[in-house]
Amino acid sequence: MTDRFTSRGFFGRRRDAGSERADRIPPGQYLTDGFPVLSAGPTPQVPLDRWEFTIDGLVSEPVRWSWEQFQALPSRDWTVDISCVTKWTKLDTVWHGVSVDDLLAAVEVDPKARFVTAHSFGGYTTNLPLTDLVNNQAFVAYLYDGAPLESAHGGPARLVVPHLYFWKSAKWVRGMHLIENDQPGFWESLGYHNRGDPWREERYSGD
Amino acid sequence: MPEPLAWQIGTVTAVRPESAEVKSFTLALPAWRPHRAGQHYDVRLTAEDGYQAQRSYSIASAPSRTGEVELTIERIPDGEVSPYFHDVVRVGDKVEVRGPIGGYFVWEPALGGPLMLVAGGSGVVPLMAMIRERAAAGDATPTALLYSSRTIDDVIYRDELASLASSNHGLQVVQTLTRSQPPGWTGYARRIDSEMLGDVLRGLGPQPLAYICGPTLLVEATANGLVELGLPPARVRTERFGPTT
Repeated sequence: MTDRFTSRGFFGRRRDAGSERADRIPPGQYLTDGFPVLSAGPTPQVPLDRWEFTIDGLVSEPVRWSWEQFQALPSRDWTVDISCVTKWTKLDTVWHGVSVDDLLAAVEVDPKARFVTAHSFGGYTTNLPLTDLVNNQAFVAYLYDGAPLESAHGGPARLVVPHLYFWKSAKWVRGMHLIENDQPGFWESLGYHNRGDPWREERYSGD
Repeated sequence: MPEPLAWQIGTVTAVRPESAEVKSFTLALPAWRPHRAGQHYDVRLTAEDGYQAQRSYSIASAPSRTGEVELTIERIPDGEVSPYFHDVVRVGDKVEVRGPIGGYFVWEPALGGPLMLVAGGSGVVPLMAMIRERAAAGDATPTALLYSSRTIDDVIYRDELASLASSNHGLQVVQTLTRSQPPGWTGYARRIDSEMLGDVLRGLGPQPLAYICGPTLLVEATANGLVELGLPPARVRTERFGPTT
């Protein structure tokens, strides 16, 4: 708790104070109109003929889609607000992609499956409870603002889980591995929060 | 449950201008804990009515400097927190912070090298913590800093870098000035490109560990360039920042 601490001479910019937009900015975040790029290493370049998306682990039969097969899946536009743990929030971002519900419909999920490791080209991983991915909360996007998703932003395809900090929205995603017991992913092993709910400001371990 | 990373109130003990748009702030911390070079602190400002703003700033000081951290902050035009630091904060002020944070963009002598550091603008800050740590530890890891600035006046830590490069065994500082160069300039005079990266790599020895920090375009170009020159992607660590528009 900060008790009564105030920063001498600080008033703040408050560009959107009191507006409907301000109510959509989680605590400790600021609004940006840009789309910052953050990643821990070089951007993997994934040719579409070598792209794939798989669901495996605790499922009756693993499933694998090629790029062409993935494009043929039911898809729609998603307009969502996104928040990065580095403090920026971007409102009304427009994506196009396939709901995780529709992907999971292609497999029979073992009732023991409770967590998912999303894994990416380039080796990135992030962990999520299955309950954060279903019921139209998450999707795999391949268009941003109507254009193919740039590699720096996670293209060819990126997992988007807009209600959690954006490191959970794995760039360059290539599959979901369903498991019974939670396994921390890349950032979750390096001091970042295991779940990452921006409205509860779950930035770092212990928050 | 791990211990929460608690907020604490630091006291500003020094303010040092580094360039026209960059200043370093030394904060004495009551609950200082050792950081790893490359990590950052979160800063939280609170107005009288409770309004708050948070940002992250890289630590410039080496972990061997105990009890305090130095944060080097560039003024972002139209920013909310950096102009406050530049225009308002003075010695004796209190600033609320928590940290250190970040566990990937970090280096310590035990990680070895050779070390290839590439910075654009104030992206040099976390790399400076690595260079300072290396010097403080008397470590001899072969190290090159390739540092891109707009003009000579924008170069942060100019004198300290020059003095470290001349006195520190195995540290090479290579600079490029992209916008204008002073008379007699012998460094590079263009944006970082593949040829420049190749020049620096050749002097370093095989399979360096690379850390790149700066604006997105520079980081993208440099990271891709190093991979094309043969570095395994797992040896290239990046951190990006900068104006978000």
